[in-house]
Amino acid sequence: MELVNIKLNGMPLSVPKNYTILEAARSAGVEIPTLCYLKEINEIGACRICVVEVKGAKSLVAACVYPVSEGMEVVTNSQRVIDARRTTLELILSTHNKRCLSCVRSGSCELQKLCSDYGVENENRFLGENPVYPIDHSAVHMYRDNSKCVLCRRCVAACAKWQGIGVIGPNERGFATHIGSAFGAGLGDTACVSCGQCIVVCPTGALSEHDHTQQVWDAIADPSKYVIVQPAPSIRATLGEAFGMPVGTDVTGKLAAALRRLGFDKVFDTDLAADMTIVEEAHEFVERVTKGGVLPMITSCSPGWVKFCEHYFPDQLPHLSTCKSPMQMFGAAAKTWYAQKMGIDPKDMVVVAVMPCTAKKFEVGRDDQDAAGVPDVDIAITTRELARMINRAGIKFEMLPDEDFDDPMGESTGAGVIFGATGGVMEAALRTAAEWVGGKPLEAVEFKEVRGTQGIKEASYQVGDLTVKVAVASGLANAREIMNQVRAGTADYQFIEIMACPGGCVNGGGQPVQPASVRNFEDLKGKRAAVLYNADAGKPLRKSHENPSLLKIYEEFFGEFGSHKAHEVLHTSYVERDHF
Amino acid sequence: MATTKAAIPFSGTPAQQAQLEKVIEAHKDQKGALMPVLQGAQEIYGYLPIEVQKMVSDGLGIPLEEIYGVATFYSQFTLVPKGQYKISVCLGTACYVKGSGDIFNKLSEKLGIASGGCTPDGRFSLDACRCIGACGLAPVLTVNDEVYGRLTVDDVDDILAKYGA
Repeated sequence: MELVNIKLNGMPLSVPKNYTILEAARSAGVEIPTLCYLKEINEIGACRICVVEVKGAKSLVAACVYPVSEGMEVVTNSQRVIDARRTTLELILSTHNKRCLSCVRSGSCELQKLCSDYGVENENRFLGENPVYPIDHSAVHMYRDNSKCVLCRRCVAACAKWQGIGVIGPNERGFATHIGSAFGAGLGDTACVSCGQCIVVCPTGALSEHDHTQQVWDAIADPSKYVIVQPAPSIRATLGEAFGMPVGTDVTGKLAAALRRLGFDKVFDTDLAADMTIVEEAHEFVERVTKGGVLPMITSCSPGWVKFCEHYFPDQLPHLSTCKSPMQMFGAAAKTWYAQKMGIDPKDMVVVAVMPCTAKKFEVGRDDQDAAGVPDVDIAITTRELARMINRAGIKFEMLPDEDFDDPMGESTGAGVIFGATGGVMEAALRTAAEWVGGKPLEAVEFKEVRGTQGIKEASYQVGDLTVKVAVASGLANAREIMNQVRAGTADYQFIEIMACPGGCVNGGGQPVQPASVRNFEDLKGKRAAVLYNADAGKPLRKSHENPSLLKIYEEFFGEFGSHKAHEVLHTSYVERDHF
Repeated sequence: MATTKAAIPFSGTPAQQAQLEKVIEAHKDQKGALMPVLQGAQEIYGYLPIEVQKMVSDGLGIPLEEIYGVATFYSQFTLVPKGQYKISVCLGTACYVKGSGDIFNKLSEKLGIASGGCTPDGRFSLDACRCIGACGLAPVLTVNDEVYGRLTVDDVDDILAKYGA
């Protein structure tokens, strides 16, 4: 790689020629603040927070987009630079709704931190006209409060570039500019898939999930309700971040302990239902292959992906597995098998799901998700909402002991755990399908070709006499690429896994928010996924169909895998939706 | 948020649609196709209602919101149709100091529409414009290509009556 020599704050530095000033500074341990910049998807140099002095340049330049060159002399922290950044912040504040105390992002707001870092003393130095925008509550999963928007366009980039959707964007011009949807439609009236990637990249409190924690508190406080909680596989890989732990900390034991202390009647684990999903899905796959069903079969665990398929590829819905997602399977099994076993009326049971995902809030209200005549899952909260509950309850998370999930719906295999990473469902399904089709125990259970954080992965496996070609995609822009091939009939695969969020659930739209300073330079997806793969490697049982609790549920209730009863309770249907 | 939904139902014809498809086809594979296509679409329909923007979205494979964002950014595009009689009131400096603001307000009140709007019967649309180079006649307004100058607020009724309002 060709290097250039520059001077950064007086120190000589050699950096690759294609670096921006921001990257060069970062490589030398010098932090330049950013606000609008999101690596690879929003490099627009708009907000002017990252300005630096370049010797010979007429004015300050935006470090996030300014390339280095031989002999360049850069100063990142002169008084002139600091004053300019402070003035920019004061101007942003002139139209900002400064009700910080009651803001959902108070304490994790990037604008708030910058104001503190740069010594903004008078937040009303410039008093601008403050446009009034109604808060958009039209979507089930989230709201938009444009009075707190700084027009950085990070949400717009996440929606259009990672997800290939583009239902939000800047409308109007000048002072009237605001982020919204076409023709002023509420987000709930667009073809938004509810993935929540816009929320996790928002630097302020302009975007947030609809908080459903009060419903959970109310259920716990109601003595007539039997309240069950199920955290998704990926929660154990991310919840610690909400309490200041490093990215990639495994908090499985503390998660179970915290949920128990919040007062849930049973602390179970979605991982059991992930195992259930695998036996049903692998069974469905083998059926489709042997009986000439629609192929390739595509996974249906990710509700953002399912809604995407319904909006943008309604003609391809027969490719979707009919399996409910693990969250819904869990609720369905809890309100049928477990309720019956315990003599509880399913109407008195409340199933709470802790999910890495905002689309789960949409999914719980879908049709054909009510096996016991009541919704399979009552309340879906995000990792962020759970962290809020733990704080409010006065639980010192980092001091909790490690505890186990309750029996019988808390037992899982390593296959269930890896669901939270892109490729995990595929690997788990292959472990089971390969053993069933091959007719003998599988020696090597790791299918490493489908691991990793790339957007699209392909592999080919010998399963018995069958060559199975698989593809794994995460991020809906990548999904669209694969689906265009499926639609054109050129996709040479039998089995496809698709997750809505880039990297899968570990990077879901409901996960703890990491500021751009972390997001731009740390491998969030990889570090979080590593927690799950390590947990899998440490499990005595690593194949879903060997989960003892699962086998007992089938023995007592469903009968065979893929039985008529299993179909009634654990499978669902889809609807065609409009693409506008 | 600006009023962006047209009060008048869309009445595009198959011939107009065929024309638009031709424009899209001509620009489809070029970079920056959206601007010329929107300009062409506005020429064909006179404005860019949601029905037209959806056709452009499908034709170019660009999200509807992105098209709407462009259409609301540039003042050359309009989301509401223009009336049979397009009234344009000059709010340039000379006209403004001579009281064109009051004239504009009176028109807006009489027609029941804001700047950029069109009456529900499709007869009148109202726009504020900048200097039209007739400062000597200030304050001025135009109705289609007719110029009316040295106006007072009291002239508004007579002008509207001339066009059957």
